[in-house]
Amino acid sequence: MRKILLSLIIVVIAITFLGRLSYLQIFSFSAEQVLEDPAIKAIYDYPERGYIYDRNGHLLVGNDPAYDVMVIPREVQPLDTLEFCGLLGIDKEKFVEKLRRARVYSPRLPSVLVPQLSKQDYAKLQEKMRKYKGFYIQKRSLRYYDTPSAANVLGYISEVNEGDLAVNKYYVQGELKGRTGVERYYEDLLRGRKGVQYIQKDRFNRDIGPYKNGTIDTLPEQGKQISITIDKALQEYGELLMNGKRGGIVAIEPATGEILSMISGPTYDPALLVGRERSKNYTKLYNDTIANPTWDRSIHAQQPPGSPFKTLNALIALQEGVLDVNTTIQCYHGFYVGKKKRGCHCGGGLRSLNKGISQSCNAYFAGAFRKIYEKFETTDEGMDVWEKHMKSFGLGDYLGYDLPFGQKGRIPNKEYYDKWYGDNRWSSSYIISNAIGQGEILATPVQLANMTAAIANRGHYFTPHILKKIEGKDITEPKFTEAKHTTIDPKHFEPVVQGMADVYVSGTARWLQIPGIEVAGKTGTAENFTKIDGVRTQLTDHSVFVAFAPVDDPKIAIAVYIENGYFGSRYAGHIATLMIEKYLKGEITLKTLEKRMLEKTLKAEYAKPYSREEFKINERVW
Amino acid sequence: MSGRSILKRIDWLSVFIYFALVFIGWINIYSSTFTDEHSSIFDFSTLYGKQLFFIGVSLVTIVVVLALEVNFYERFSSLLYLLSMVSLLGLFVFGKTIAGATSWYDLGFFNLQPSELAKVATALALAKYLSDIQTDIKRRKDQFYALLIILVPAILIIPQPDPGSALVFFAMIFVIFREGLPLYYLVIILSLILVFVTTLMFGTVWLIIGLALLIIILFATKRKKLKIPVIPLSLVSVAVILFSLSVNFVFNNVFEQRHRDRFGLWLRLEKDPKKLEQIRKSIGYNTYQSEKAIESGGFFGKGFLEGTRTKGDFVPEQHTDYIFSTVGEEWGFLGTATVIILFTVLFLRLISLAERQKNAFSRMYGYGVISILLIHYFINIGMVIGILPTIGIPLPFFSYGGSGLLFFTILLFIFLRLDTNRLKESF
Repeated sequence: MRKILLSLIIVVIAITFLGRLSYLQIFSFSAEQVLEDPAIKAIYDYPERGYIYDRNGHLLVGNDPAYDVMVIPREVQPLDTLEFCGLLGIDKEKFVEKLRRARVYSPRLPSVLVPQLSKQDYAKLQEKMRKYKGFYIQKRSLRYYDTPSAANVLGYISEVNEGDLAVNKYYVQGELKGRTGVERYYEDLLRGRKGVQYIQKDRFNRDIGPYKNGTIDTLPEQGKQISITIDKALQEYGELLMNGKRGGIVAIEPATGEILSMISGPTYDPALLVGRERSKNYTKLYNDTIANPTWDRSIHAQQPPGSPFKTLNALIALQEGVLDVNTTIQCYHGFYVGKKKRGCHCGGGLRSLNKGISQSCNAYFAGAFRKIYEKFETTDEGMDVWEKHMKSFGLGDYLGYDLPFGQKGRIPNKEYYDKWYGDNRWSSSYIISNAIGQGEILATPVQLANMTAAIANRGHYFTPHILKKIEGKDITEPKFTEAKHTTIDPKHFEPVVQGMADVYVSGTARWLQIPGIEVAGKTGTAENFTKIDGVRTQLTDHSVFVAFAPVDDPKIAIAVYIENGYFGSRYAGHIATLMIEKYLKGEITLKTLEKRMLEKTLKAEYAKPYSREEFKINERVW
Repeated sequence: MSGRSILKRIDWLSVFIYFALVFIGWINIYSSTFTDEHSSIFDFSTLYGKQLFFIGVSLVTIVVVLALEVNFYERFSSLLYLLSMVSLLGLFVFGKTIAGATSWYDLGFFNLQPSELAKVATALALAKYLSDIQTDIKRRKDQFYALLIILVPAILIIPQPDPGSALVFFAMIFVIFREGLPLYYLVIILSLILVFVTTLMFGTVWLIIGLALLIIILFATKRKKLKIPVIPLSLVSVAVILFSLSVNFVFNNVFEQRHRDRFGLWLRLEKDPKKLEQIRKSIGYNTYQSEKAIESGGFFGKGFLEGTRTKGDFVPEQHTDYIFSTVGEEWGFLGTATVIILFTVLFLRLISLAERQKNAFSRMYGYGVISILLIHYFINIGMVIGILPTIGIPLPFFSYGGSGLLFFTILLFIFLRLDTNRLKESF
């Protein structure tokens, strides 16, 4: 025993040591460690960030050179301060203070003395620069926006923070990264890859030559030029129309799923988030929590869709065979939710599918909805079938578009109501509001536009997307180029499309006709509520409109959602119609409509809940 | 015995490993002290040049050690012990202070560290005392004397201050164990260490709870026939609790802040990872750098003279106490594992050599050699790879330093010389 003890100890020590060493050298070891090695300094060569073009090749985002005046305090020698300040365009006190701060930060490392000189100041300064020892000019690249629009789509870039650094080892302090929109989603494409050169340092931070003779150094990889599906002219026009209104507009090319425009109101000029005033502007935008200009309503605002939803219920009823085109339902100016009567504006009378859609008859769709459920023995079964059809239109889920995720909306299912009312304690009459797109249904503008595109295509859609070309080559990603089929047979679409076309001819949007273009649309008016001092208060209805045109060969499908705009045919209908004409004709003939939209704002409407006074809703404004 | 028969009987495996370690050690000293201004490896103004010189001196010494009569060592061991104790005492008057420790005599051309000599002398003296026909290690008095031989040099060295070297002498308790010191001494020492660590890590309250649990388990699983000694058990428990309380007191009031920091870092007493990282980079700077250097070597290492952290002098004392981190960075896991295996084989070989001695003195001296080398190896590498607190003692045959190399060589080769005579019971 005594004899073995020491041998045993020796073996245990050896195993412990080898264990610890393998932990350090095999398991903890990673090839990227070279970046953390204090003995190796990486010098980076940054490629230019890729340009962004619209679908027709117009520039949206480029780069602008900017010039920072840098200082290394230790190397500064006595100078003619007055002359230098004159060249820099700052006063002497500020200069002295900035120099002091730079020295406090580090006497050896460069600090920014004056950021982002204008080109003119730079030109003046450049030739005299060599006189001033310890100062130099560093060229940087800033984003340049060739449009005042599409801030929500393009997104902005800003310096990486500690969180980013922890998540992605690529970035180094001070680098820029896309934060929202395309800049964020296609960060890797746009950014390119920085080149790197490794320098061996000793512990006094002195260079002692290239590391491994430069064999692992890399060259920078250029950022890619990309084209996005946005139509610059249409986008800019839409934002003009949104003047003083809140809401979202999404237009999609049905044949491809390409997003032609994606507007959120209110918005801001993307140039505000570049340059010297950036942080001031950002704070201002970010702190506006009422209008919320940095919140992209086109993908985030989930609201009850209202009557455009009737088209889907019509399709489901046809698909399930619970009614046909000739089936009529009597409208007594309303229908019942439980014991409560809800009104209908259609005028009443015997309604068929066509009239139901074109006159937006609530009672007809309440009846159709009930028929769907009556087909099945239990409400649960009916609910499952209904949910399956709805979801096949891309509702109630993230669509999978190539932008940072918005909201998924909501298509309620049986579990949802079981939780609400209790298992088997509800029936179709409890949820009848879903028939007309109220109730528990929520959708975002992009989902409504996609749904409209699916109707325009008579039964299928392409996942909406924003990327069109990389370096001039069309994208081939199957996710965006393969059709998604709905669960509705294509033959059922014709009568519904006809009803939508009649909306423009004889229905709720008959005064919005565009000369020479046949449009199919559907108005929507969505009730909504807010809480004022804890009291549930109804606000003016949201104005909703979906449309596509031309009816026979759809080039554009659009959804417009205007908060508190009252009837669908008003704000939303106007804007959708103008956008369609703009896109298809390139010019506007409906001058009256245009003038009305450019001039009318809803500011008074939005001020109501904050007025602390009694207010009326759903007032007639024109 | 003629020179030829010594060469025939000497254990060539040990000799080979010795030279391998010295060679690998020098290669790494060269790498960690090398600068780009190339100069000859025989340039004695450079550290690697000096070390090469001492390797030469060691070779000559080996010849002398092997040439001496085998009974010389046993005969003169008492005298040598006495001399070395005197030389340790002399430090208080004539000692030269380097880096805060008065551990050297300035001999002009080089600094002699008498504690290195004392290690050899103590191993010899202990072996001689224990192998004496009149010594019976089962007797309390003889146990006491044996411990005294170890303790005297340790006590003389502590105030230099050089607690690391003092610790080395305690390792020689292993020799006494091998010769029959009751095992409960070992149990007591290990228990004290365990209580010390658990008290610092979890506090006295948890220690008492743990103790109570142990006793409950003991009662719950006892066999019927076995009687549990209640009174001794409670005495032991009380002793443990008192010791635990005294640990708190000593840690907070007797230890200096730097000691507290070292233990605090070792046992990870600081729970906040950010603060811990701070401590690692300030108080634990050396170990942090050395761990990082080793880690960055990966499996294959960065290659000879390619260690970036070694080149940049990031690991302090890299050519002396932290020499193993150079192996780690430049030769990777392959290098470090090779060194560990070489040491392990050497130790196991020396144990088998010690066990085959017919002569008790040789065997006991052998165990002394193993104990001394093992404790250096264990503490040094343990510290460099970050599993033991910082205690500055060199890695035998590896670390830069003349006295160290010379006396480790003497220590080992005296035993190899004794081994050539293994078949005789007395000399």
